[in-house]
Amino acid sequence: MTTLIEAPPTDGEGLLPIKKKTSGGGLGRYILIRFFLIFPTILILVTMVFFLMRTTGDPITAALGGRLPPDQLQERIAAAGYDRPIFVQYFEYLARLITGNFGTTLSDNRPVAEMLATYGAATLELTINALLVALVVGIPLGLVAAHRRDKGPDAGLRVFAILCYATPVFFSGLLFKLTFSVWLGWLPVAGRATPANELALTALESPTGIYWLDAIRSGNMAALADVMAHAVLPALALGLLTAGIFLRLVRTNVIGTLGKDYVEAGRSRGVSEYRLVTKHAYKPALIPIITVMGLQIAVLLGGAVLTETTFEWKGLGFQLATYLTARDFVAVQGIVVLLAVIVAVTNFFVDILAALIDPRVRY
Amino acid sequence: MSTTAVIEPIKDPRGPWFRRLPVISHFNKSVGLQRGMLVAGLVLTAAFLLTAIFAPLIAPFGFSQISDADGSFPAQQAPGGKHLWGTTVGSYDVFSRVVWGAQTAVLVIIVAVLISIFIGVILGLVSGYIGGWLDRTLVVIADAIYAFPPLLVAIVMAIAISGGRSSLWGGILAAAISITVVFIPQYFRVIRAETIRLKAEPFVESAKVVGASNIRIMRLHVFKNATRTLPLIFTLNASEAILTLAGLGFLGFGIEPTSAAEWGFDLKQALADTTSGIWWTGVFPGLAMVLTVLGLTLVGESINDLNDPRLRGRKKAATGKGGPDSTTGGQAALEAEARIS
Repeated sequence: MTTLIEAPPTDGEGLLPIKKKTSGGGLGRYILIRFFLIFPTILILVTMVFFLMRTTGDPITAALGGRLPPDQLQERIAAAGYDRPIFVQYFEYLARLITGNFGTTLSDNRPVAEMLATYGAATLELTINALLVALVVGIPLGLVAAHRRDKGPDAGLRVFAILCYATPVFFSGLLFKLTFSVWLGWLPVAGRATPANELALTALESPTGIYWLDAIRSGNMAALADVMAHAVLPALALGLLTAGIFLRLVRTNVIGTLGKDYVEAGRSRGVSEYRLVTKHAYKPALIPIITVMGLQIAVLLGGAVLTETTFEWKGLGFQLATYLTARDFVAVQGIVVLLAVIVAVTNFFVDILAALIDPRVRY
Repeated sequence: MSTTAVIEPIKDPRGPWFRRLPVISHFNKSVGLQRGMLVAGLVLTAAFLLTAIFAPLIAPFGFSQISDADGSFPAQQAPGGKHLWGTTVGSYDVFSRVVWGAQTAVLVIIVAVLISIFIGVILGLVSGYIGGWLDRTLVVIADAIYAFPPLLVAIVMAIAISGGRSSLWGGILAAAISITVVFIPQYFRVIRAETIRLKAEPFVESAKVVGASNIRIMRLHVFKNATRTLPLIFTLNASEAILTLAGLGFLGFGIEPTSAAEWGFDLKQALADTTSGIWWTGVFPGLAMVLTVLGLTLVGESINDLNDPRLRGRKKAATGKGGPDSTTGGQAALEAEARIS
């Protein structure tokens, strides 16, 4: 992501033909307005999730119904306050949410906040790995496709891009597992590390939860290699999903900028075709990628749920699937709300970034 | 899409009506590689639809059948013999379930996309045309849902509708409605943006001057013009609907295996088989899904490229044919595509 930030359209004067009249505090005002828009977004999602999850009844009946005798069930419901009016519960829930109290899971009786912190790190690690794969694969291939437009490589790459997002992560994950783990035996089938290493890494003093970081910090090179081997397949499965989108986005935008006058001017001055693609047309074409990257965070997090289940990667997505099966809707609600906050905050930063780079975005 | 004729309805220079149908007009416009991609997509999509329609004739067994006159089916049998693509751990016939799965997918797509187009278009038209606080509120809500991972929205909806477990039509309906909630904001955004643009057009103002009612203007003048990009979003969303349905099934939140065959559920079951080297339970339903999505996406992408003057072809791009609105369509399509998960 840093490379994108460092690429403002310095040589792309043609890109900014409209000088909009902005008052002195244009950017500051935009950031402020945009910042306050985060809250209604989160509030809407929290409200939606809360009421939708309650339409089928209270969480305790959902999780424990049939396993407890009715009178005990009533007791638990009354103790948790689920028998009160729904709006009272809603406002109480909001109040507790603000103080960071997400409640306690029903199936394994843990504080939801603690559960989120433990598994959030694993999801973060997976998402970062996947984003790296997506950028490393998507951007160069997109440049190639744009450069060789309507020729063989372009056709092949476009089909590759479509295949990338036509394949659900759990199917590509299954294929990877079959090929690289079962048949070739190169890489581990599932998990984040072998049990021994996992134990060693979690036993560290104040672990970050991001295993490769912990392994480097403790100087445990064997564990690092093990963690890396486990990370390859999940990162590939999730990363390729997004790589296809980056590929076609780079391709479309580079084709767009390649038709611009300043590129034509460069061509007439004798600038090499390679340089035209990689220097002149490439940088302005990166701006839409930053915006789309905001949307991709949502896609990656959604995909992470499926990837983690496929590879038994013990992160938020894996836990979400587990809690869904257990009908533990308190935990599910906690995970969904956390993801909503992450998405809203990332979109805020992405919008600010886009506004910093391209003044036309501000309003 | 040639659009100028709507504004000048005196004579029709566009040829017979059937040549203007979305996919056919695009086919005529396409050349070379693009035509190849469009044709490949159409072939795959047709194969998918035919499989779904004729599933009862194609599939040798029922989707939840585990025995026939010769006795019970063996479990996890390798492909070959009576069971063309083998059997699953639950003794289901893989080939039959893949075929029936196509039917489930089509049903869900149709229900989901129809409901979301219906609601999304109405909301978009009204919101864009009337404006004001209603517009602002709807936009904020739509944006909030739009920004959120579609799969999670679908999961929450699935819980709300059925408590997560459902049967036959209930399951199809639950899955479809869950997907609907994801799509409504997309249609809403596109239609609203178009409506706002069209509201300022001279023909809407002249209709107002003549004294047409707001409903009539929305229905006749704005609606017809605003919905031109829908075929494109439809194909893109159809593929997203398949993936969302499969995602729900994969997490165990889709349709019960005894109610209908569903590819996502089959893949979830197949995941446990992989470690013992059993590939046929997962590879076949997965491939069916990939080919279907591939077909739909190829069609959608071809339409998108043909709508976007920047991408259609070098010569045509230079003449700037296509008008300003086709770029809007292309932009919407790009946004829609970026959402595919």
